[in-house]
Amino acid sequence: MSTDLIAEARRQTEICNACRYCEGFCSVFPALTRNKVFADGDITHLANLCHNCRGCYYSCQYTEPHEFALNFPAALAEVRQESWERHAWPRPLARLFHESGVAIAAVLVAGLAFLFGMLQTLRPESGAGFYAYLAHGALVTLFLPAFLLPLASVAISLRSYWREIGGGRLGWRDIRGAAASAARLKNLDGGQGQGCNFERADRYSDRRRWFHQAVMYGFLLCFAATSAGTVLHYVVAMPAPYGPFSLPKLLGVPGGILLTVGCAGLAWLKTKADPALGAARVWGGEMAFVALLGATGATGLALYAATGTAAVPALLAIHLGCVLAFFLLLPFTKMIHGFYRFATLVVEEQKRRA
Amino acid sequence: MNSGSLNGPWDIVIVGGGNAALCAAITAAEAGARALILESAPKPYRGGNSRHTRNFRCMHQGPLSVLTDSYGEDEYFDDLMLVTKGKTDEPLARLAIRSSEDCLPWMEAHGVRFQPSLSGTLSLSRTNAFFLGGGKALVNAYYNTAEDLGVTVAYDAEVTHMHLEGDQFTHLEARIVRIEARAAVLASGGFQSNLEWLTRAWGPAAANFLIRGTPYNRGVVLRDMLDQGCESVGDPTQCHAVAIDGRAPKFDGGIVTRLDCVPFSIVVNRDAERFYDEGEDVWPKRYAIWGRLVAGQPGQVGYAIIDAKSIDLFMPSVFPPNRADTIEELGAQMGLDGARLAATVAGFNAACRPGSFHPTELDGLSTDGLAPAKSNWARPLDTPPYYGYQLRPGVTFTYLGLKVSDRAQVHTARGPVRNLWAAGEIMAGSILGQGYLAGFGMTIGTVFGRIAGREAAAHVN
Repeated sequence: MSTDLIAEARRQTEICNACRYCEGFCSVFPALTRNKVFADGDITHLANLCHNCRGCYYSCQYTEPHEFALNFPAALAEVRQESWERHAWPRPLARLFHESGVAIAAVLVAGLAFLFGMLQTLRPESGAGFYAYLAHGALVTLFLPAFLLPLASVAISLRSYWREIGGGRLGWRDIRGAAASAARLKNLDGGQGQGCNFERADRYSDRRRWFHQAVMYGFLLCFAATSAGTVLHYVVAMPAPYGPFSLPKLLGVPGGILLTVGCAGLAWLKTKADPALGAARVWGGEMAFVALLGATGATGLALYAATGTAAVPALLAIHLGCVLAFFLLLPFTKMIHGFYRFATLVVEEQKRRA
Repeated sequence: MNSGSLNGPWDIVIVGGGNAALCAAITAAEAGARALILESAPKPYRGGNSRHTRNFRCMHQGPLSVLTDSYGEDEYFDDLMLVTKGKTDEPLARLAIRSSEDCLPWMEAHGVRFQPSLSGTLSLSRTNAFFLGGGKALVNAYYNTAEDLGVTVAYDAEVTHMHLEGDQFTHLEARIVRIEARAAVLASGGFQSNLEWLTRAWGPAAANFLIRGTPYNRGVVLRDMLDQGCESVGDPTQCHAVAIDGRAPKFDGGIVTRLDCVPFSIVVNRDAERFYDEGEDVWPKRYAIWGRLVAGQPGQVGYAIIDAKSIDLFMPSVFPPNRADTIEELGAQMGLDGARLAATVAGFNAACRPGSFHPTELDGLSTDGLAPAKSNWARPLDTPPYYGYQLRPGVTFTYLGLKVSDRAQVHTARGPVRNLWAAGEIMAGSILGQGYLAGFGMTIGTVFGRIAGREAAAHVN
């Protein structure tokens, strides 16, 4: 644990606790009024509760050049980022991929090369749709571990994080409360639905919440589409390809569009926001992750649009390469924030009721 | 200040960049006037003392925005009379109070957002509308609105002289820059950050005062106007001072430097002697008195001592308290004579008597046979660890200001200056001649800022 980062966040938290003007913006400020003294776990909890809406920064009378030098969103972002890297398993990979967009790109390139290689060498004798190029069995052999191993890593991380922030036994009521908050991205709405202070500095804007909602629901739709396909394949014995009015396509096409548009939007906003109000050292890694996620959606759509053309094998390799890189890097990129955020929202529900 | 961009002609120049100035600028710009704001602070410190405010006291007939129930004109006026002990201009005060009800929706329409009362301030949920994010968020909203309306803003633009000819304002000087305008609004605050002026008015002790707000309220324009024969109001020697954390920065410490521990403490001076009844009344009614009390002690410093029983009874302090397991040790840590402090505490403890303690009400738990007495919340200091907080007077604002008419017009002995208005702290002494009423400074600034903007725009149109 970085004592410097925690100590700095604690210093700022104590100033905020003596002020409390920002109580109406998000869950962080009501949460910090529960304490007078902040243990390291409390600071980590607050840091992960913060969604970096930045309302408090632009409203703060103690930002630099004031000698109190408050930059609460950045202080919490640094602690939050460090907590993700500290709890990650294996740990050294986390820092590398969180910080380095180049490293993420390298994994992507490797994924693409691997998939192109598979297409060259494992081309099946027969099969319909994509399976004409890559057998179902080969896909499962590759993607099942590429999906399950990262999830196992995430589970290990969350367990140790949960202990650090003092999470109790999981209860339905807390999960429901956290889900309600996450579903509306309540902590990004500025407290009154006016949005946050991201790309327009001290003016409010709700764009970031809209784009993030597009990404989140787009991702969930795509995930649901894949799950539907799995069920159709194994339970109903209806293998791909699926028509335009099948469940995988009805979920996947809107999901892909939302994911692509949302990621493009978030990346655009990120170029306009002040990097000094977040964890500046991971800007590149975050940007590369957003690009990778967006590319996953866009190449999926392109692949569907190219059905029946000669572009299918190349697009298939590109899309699957993106998917592979995305899943392998899941525990070590910004994607991990979803897990930590949700866990924190659950624990916040617990603490609020305690 | 970039003088190249300040070429007129200007209809209205507004001196100052806080709440009153912005209300005037927005009102004037909406009426079609070409307005220029001259803010003496650099951009990060724009907004004067409004940056540090948190609410707006507002009359209302029924629930309004975040305000509950109702708060009528007479009750509001009675509250004002209570704190000012009658030192107010009743017609102006009633004008401010009556107009406040219209102001709240106007503020919302111009970008200000309100939030329900902050935790620990429920007693104000009926009378005071809190700004979401506090005063700086309000200031930001107004600057954005003003910018959208085409108002020009210059920072680092300290006005040094307002030039009057007869009953007319002609131009002003901001250091070496000369700016002409057809009318002007003065909204440049009081003089509380001008330590030289404070020590002249109050005495050398004022050099040890902390200034809770902006270092840019130096009273330059106020002095200039008084020197040119403008009529003044308010006691020139007085300032509103409260007891705050003695370790606060010299300027701009704002809200976080408050200390709410006094009613649960004993307060001693540099010589480790008590000097006033710490439990006379609830803290919101006593913190201003303690500013003066501490100012009257040697070195303008006091020390509040509590024990472990009381540490969680008040809002957290921005700086951690001194802490020790014995009174002697605590005294030594704070630079006091530990033995004398222990004797004072022992004397106090011996005068405490049994009874039930209620931190949120006057519990009548008083000392017996002690001078000065502690009338409420007198519990012996006997449970380590012991905590100590240094107290110093923190100046919030000064009372001396310009006398204005009910149209916010500035006057000389010969009559009104035809194209000069004033709003905010620079004229608040007319209404708030003594004491302080939470959120009323923002009411005066908003009401008279809007009046000044409207009148100035009517003059130039």
